Parts: sequence; C-alpha cells; structure tokens
Amino acid sequence: MRRAIVWVPLASFALLFALVGWGLMRPADRTVRSELIGQELPELNLPAMVPGKPGVSAAALKGRPYLLNIFASWCVPCVAEAPQLVRLRAMGVPVVGVAVRDTSDAVRAFLARHGDGYSAIGSDTASRVQLAIGSSGVPETFVVDAGGRIALQHVGDVRADDVDALAAAVRGGR
Amino acid sequence: MIAEFGLAALWLAAALAALQLAAAAIGLDRARADVAAAVRPVAAAQGLLAVLAMLALMAVFANSDMTVRLVVENSHSAKPMLYKLAGAWGNHEGSMLLWVAFLGAGGAAVALLERRLDERSLTATLGAQAAIALGFYAFLLFASNPFARVWPAPADGLGLNPILQDPGLAFHPPTLYAGYVGLSVAFSFAVGALVTGRVDPAFARAMRPWVLGAWVLLTLGITAGSYWAYYELGWGGWWFWDPVENASLMPWLAATALLHSVSVLAARDGLRAWTVMLAVVAFSMSMVGTFLVRSGILTSVHAFAVDPRRGAFILALLGLYVGGALALFAARAGSVRGGATFDPVSREAGLVANNLLLSVILGVVLIGTLYPLVAAGFGVQLSVGPPFFNRAAGPVALVLVVLTAIGPLVRWRRDDAGAVGGRLGAPVAAASLSAAGLFAFNGFGVAPLLFLSLSLAAGLVVASVLPLWGRRLRRTPLNLWGMAVAHLGVAVALAGMASDAAFTRETLVAAAPGIPARVGPFVVTLDGVIPRIGENWSAVEARLSVARGDSEWVLRPQQRYFSDPPTTTSESAILTRPDGQLYAVVGRPDGQGRWQLRLWWKPFVTFIWAGGTLIALGGALSLVGRLRGGRARRRFDAAATA
Repeated sequence: MRRAIVWVPLASFALLFALVGWGLMRPADRTVRSELIGQELPELNLPAMVPGKPGVSAAALKGRPYLLNIFASWCVPCVAEAPQLVRLRAMGVPVVGVAVRDTSDAVRAFLARHGDGYSAIGSDTASRVQLAIGSSGVPETFVVDAGGRIALQHVGDVRADDVDALAAAVRGGR
Repeated sequence: MIAEFGLAALWLAAALAALQLAAAAIGLDRARADVAAAVRPVAAAQGLLAVLAMLALMAVFANSDMTVRLVVENSHSAKPMLYKLAGAWGNHEGSMLLWVAFLGAGGAAVALLERRLDERSLTATLGAQAAIALGFYAFLLFASNPFARVWPAPADGLGLNPILQDPGLAFHPPTLYAGYVGLSVAFSFAVGALVTGRVDPAFARAMRPWVLGAWVLLTLGITAGSYWAYYELGWGGWWFWDPVENASLMPWLAATALLHSVSVLAARDGLRAWTVMLAVVAFSMSMVGTFLVRSGILTSVHAFAVDPRRGAFILALLGLYVGGALALFAARAGSVRGGATFDPVSREAGLVANNLLLSVILGVVLIGTLYPLVAAGFGVQLSVGPPFFNRAAGPVALVLVVLTAIGPLVRWRRDDAGAVGGRLGAPVAAASLSAAGLFAFNGFGVAPLLFLSLSLAAGLVVASVLPLWGRRLRRTPLNLWGMAVAHLGVAVALAGMASDAAFTRETLVAAAPGIPARVGPFVVTLDGVIPRIGENWSAVEARLSVARGDSEWVLRPQQRYFSDPPTTTSESAILTRPDGQLYAVVGRPDGQGRWQLRLWWKPFVTFIWAGGTLIALGGALSLVGRLRGGRARRRFDAAATA
C-alpha cells in the first residue's frame, strides 16, 4: 500500500506535465466568443429609453432579423459608431439599441449630436441584458435572425468597413 | 562595457554552478570530504557573481544604455530613476536574471550561514541548489540573454508599460521572487535529505528558518501585490483569481502547510515523509507559477511577451527538477521511517488537519487555474472566475479558520477533548456576540457565508491571543508571540475580506460639475476637471469634494496619458478613514461636460492588508525566535561537550 502511494505525486505531476505540454504546443486562440451564438436570444423586455421611441419588447421583435446594439452615451467608441448605425438604418436594416447604465437626457443628447440609427431603444440600468447574452462591453453588436437566434457577435465599434457585412448577415438571417 | 561584464559574470556563475554540482556529487558518491569541502566556497562565489550580473543590468538601465536591446525595449531616458532601476526586472529577461541572482544568493547564504545540518546533508543540499541554478543559467544564456546588444543603437527606448510605472513594481516582484527562491532552498534541503536519508528533527530545525523567511517574503509580496492591483488597476477589487495571482497563492499555501508540518517534525519527530513531500511541492508550485506566467498558455493580466520556445525551455526544466525530485521521493520514501505517532486529540492531529485543509484549498486553486486548459482539450473555451474559487475554497478556508482558533489551545501528544472545549469558552462567546451584533444591525441582510466569516473572525481574534494568556509576556518565547500575531492577522484579514464583500457600496454616475452624488455615508461633488502634466505623462484630473457629516476632504482621481508607449491609465484616488476607504475613479467625458465617475465605499477594506502585514510580522517574530533559540542551543551543546 505505502509503496504504491509514494508514486502518486510523480504520477499526478506527469499528468500535469502532459497537460501543460499539450497546452504549449496548441495554437493559441484568444478571442472571447459568446457561448450564445446559435442559441435563442433570451426574452428581452426593456422600458423605453427616450420619449417617442419604443423600448425593447420580445413580442414586437418576433419573426424578422435585426441588429441588437449594446451602447451607452458615456462610451466614446459609441460616438464613432453612431454614423455607421445611421447608414445601416438607411440601408433598411432595423437596429435595436440597448442603452446600458444611462439616463434619458444623456441618451437624447447623444442621439441629437451623433445621429440616431435606432428603431427602438431599451433602457438597461443594471447591465442585465449584457449578463444575459454574454456581452463583454460596450459597444457590442449582435445579429439576431428571424427565428430569434443569435447569428453573429461583433465586439467593439462598428466601423465603416463592417457595415456591408453586417447588413448582409441580417438579410441572410430571414 | 558594463553589459559585457554582466554577461561574463553570468557565464562564470554558470561554470561555478556546474563545478558546485560536480564537487557535491563526487564528494557524496566517493565519500571524498576534501572534494566536498570545495562546495561551500564555490557556492558563495557563484552567488556573488550572479548578484554582480544583476547589478550590472541595473547599471545599464540606470545609464539608459540604448545599445542594449532590453533597455531599448523596456526603458526610456525620460523615465524617473526609480522606474529605470525597476525596469531592469519589469520584463522577461531581467526578471529571470533577478530570479537566478536570488537563487545564487540563497545558495551562498546556505553555504555561509548554515551550521545546524550535518556536513553530508549540507553538501547534498548545495548540490541540489546548484542543479536548479544551472538550468536557469542555461535558460538565460541560451534563450533569454538580458545583455544582448542592438546595432545600430536607436535614439531612445520604447518605454515601460505605464501600469508598471509605480512604486509597487519596485518592491512587489523582488519580494515575491525572494520568497519563491527561499522555497528553492527548502526544496534543496528536501532533496539533500532524500539523498542522504536523514529526515529527522535536526533536519526540520535546520530547514525551518528558511521556510519561515521564504513564507514571510511571500506573504509580504502577495499582500503588497494585492494592494497594488487594488489601487493601480482602478477596478476596486483586491483579488481577481487571475492565473498569475493564483501562481503566487499556490506556493504560499504549500509553504503555509510546510511551516506547520515542519513544526511537528521538529518538535515531535512526526510527519517525516509528508514534510519532505511538501518542501518539494512548495517550490514546484513556484516553478509552475513561473511557467504559467512566462509561457502564455493561460490568458492573464500579468502576461509577459509570449514566446513558445521559452515556454518549452521552462517546461523542460520543470519536468527535470520536479519530476526528478518526485521520482527520488518515490524511490527513497520507503527508507524514511514512519516517525512518532500521536493521539487523535493532540496538537499534532490538529496540524495534520491544517495540512489536509490547506492541501484541499491548494488543489481547488490548481484545478481552477488549469481547468480552462483541460476544457480547451475538449474544444470548450471558458474561464474560471471568482464564483468557482469563492464557492469551492471559501467554506474549506472557514473550516481552517475554526481550526486555527482551536489548534494552538490543544497540547502536544495527547489532550482531553472536554478540556479543549473548556478553553474555547471565550472565543465562542466572542463569535456569538459578534453574530448577535451583526444580526441586530443587519438582520438577514448579509449573505450566510459572510455572516459566518465575520463571526468566526471575532472568535479567532480572541482565540489567537489566548495562548499568551496568563504568561509573563516578556519571558514568552518569540515564536509563540509570532504564532499569536500571525493568527490574529488571519482574523483581521478575514474580517476585512468579509466586510468588503458584505458592505461595499458602489455608485456609477455621469457627473456634471456641482451636482452631488451619494455613495454610502458620503456625498461626493465634482468641482471640475483640470489638465495636469507629470514627468512623462499628461492627465486630466477631477477635483472631487467629499463630505461625511461635518468632515470634508478633496480627492483627485486622474486619467493619465503616457506617450512612450501611448497608453491611458486610471489613477484612482483613495480616501482612507479608520473605518474604511472611499475609492474614486474618473472615466471618460461624454462630450457635454459630464464625466464618468465610479465611486466605492469599502468599510474596513484596509483590514485585508493590515491582516496580511500582521501575518508576515508574526512569521518574522517566529524567525527571530527560532534563530535565537538555535544559537542558544548550539552554545549549550558546545558548553556540554567542552
């Protein structure tokens, strides 16, 4: 018994050694992907952020693809992103916004200043949506297909070069 | 010229390490005392040369010698002198050189100072130390030469990561490294004892000061690192369960277990094989930690520039040393006799339980740290965070806290369970009082685990000083004082952690000047934002008026922009009061005169680091006590044989 036990540490170490050795040889992939890609979007119902624009309601969004954009008026990359969202809207792509930890006045001023590409904006004061869909920060954009599934995740601001690909992804999501 | 001198010193040190290993092997194998006699002086010379190489690198950094590649890549002539010097170890090559300098110095210290161990075991120990050093010299010379030149020399350097431009960097890594390397001495002692087969109380008494010293440094390093991350990263957290933090925690856990088991071996001649095993594990964990940081196989905020070839090199060293030591252990453990036995109710039994619980926590941390790698093997990408570690390690740690309270009140060899229960009256009363007080103020508002933590902390405060009760304090041995202070530190740190988790208040506002925001008992008003210029940065600085009752303060958090390399950092502003800290971070402007402002009120959070410091102080007191005790014992022996 004792004879066998003294080899346990060496055996455990050999296992550890094999594991990290394999980890070292493996090509590194460091991008963080939402585990929810391909899965159904959790049911979102958020109050309206600004007057005159609806909030997010799961019932109203059923049956057609759209872009879900997580943003905030206090987020600087969101400022750079705003004109691209306006372009997407002009191309007929519905953009649904979720404003994170924000106030109505601030969002209204943000839209007036940087452009408004949103067909609806919900207010998420406690970052619940971010937690629910595995978003890692603002801004972040998801393509949701007609079946309500998350088809694509775009981390960071939407640049001019991304617009066509995102529009195509939404059109392909019917 | 200085760079070449450093490189030459490094080569010479490597040659001496080879000589030291060969002399030790021949001395032991052929029983040649004359050859073995060379080991001590060679070890001392090797340590001296390794330290000289490190000093040469620091000189090169101090002079901003832009013909040295490492300086170009990690320094800039406009940097303040402190960060030029600290820049010498704020990168891969330099930190490895610091590591071998400590390794060499550790071996030299053993060679010059160790008088308790028998000559054969000492020779084996220094041989093992030389073997470790040799591998790391090879790593430096063949894969990470810190003194490499660059031609043609650029006009100036690329600068140091601004997060690292902080007094914390000047002290945090060297302290931790000294701790890791102190554990290498314990490792060498264990290997030496396995080679000569002498695992006895004399061996334990000889090894104990080294373990204590390493443990004190590790404790200080981890405490300082935690505070550094807390104020520098601007996230308001003090521990993130990041792989690199875990890499420093795992050797500490093993060293803590070793510290306690070595006491059993020294006092009662028990736990022989286990103690040797722990000494091997403790240093192995520091090597695993080094490997995890350097190889980049786990994603971490601490990651160094990643180079898989270097990772493979360290992995090979890891396999050689740890695998070799464990194989030696397996082959020789049979020859280590069982040692003395003890009663289920005794100090020894308590220390065994302490060791088991620490091992469980170590296992949890190790598994949690490596699990993402295992999961990657099955094609799943995930990260393991605080929810796992807190839930898996938290309850075990609380059981350990209970044991910390009970253990010192139990006698060696055999005790009566009823009598031990009687001694626990006061701590139990303190814990109950604290629980009742918490309930009266907060009802069920505090999570159960935190509620329990706060109550247990109160109990441990009383229990930790009980061993001093009724003694004449001036005649109490220092190591007893050390134990009481260290255990008190555990209670204080636990109280701080639980209080931070239970009572922290957070506010995130887009602040317009003049509009007050509330966080906890404070009212915070943004007075305005002004530009500031520093030695190598520019910043926007918010002026915050803070009021609580009639008292008022001003806080000035900054957003700093560094130009070499271009980076932004948040410099938090912290208001420290006796009952906690107000932590303020200023973020980005929204373009309409408002600023993102993040405020935390953290009651008694300072207890965490005060506790850590007390733990280290306790260790230091014990160390002094043991060293004095050892000298007195030798004088007594000398007088008896004279």
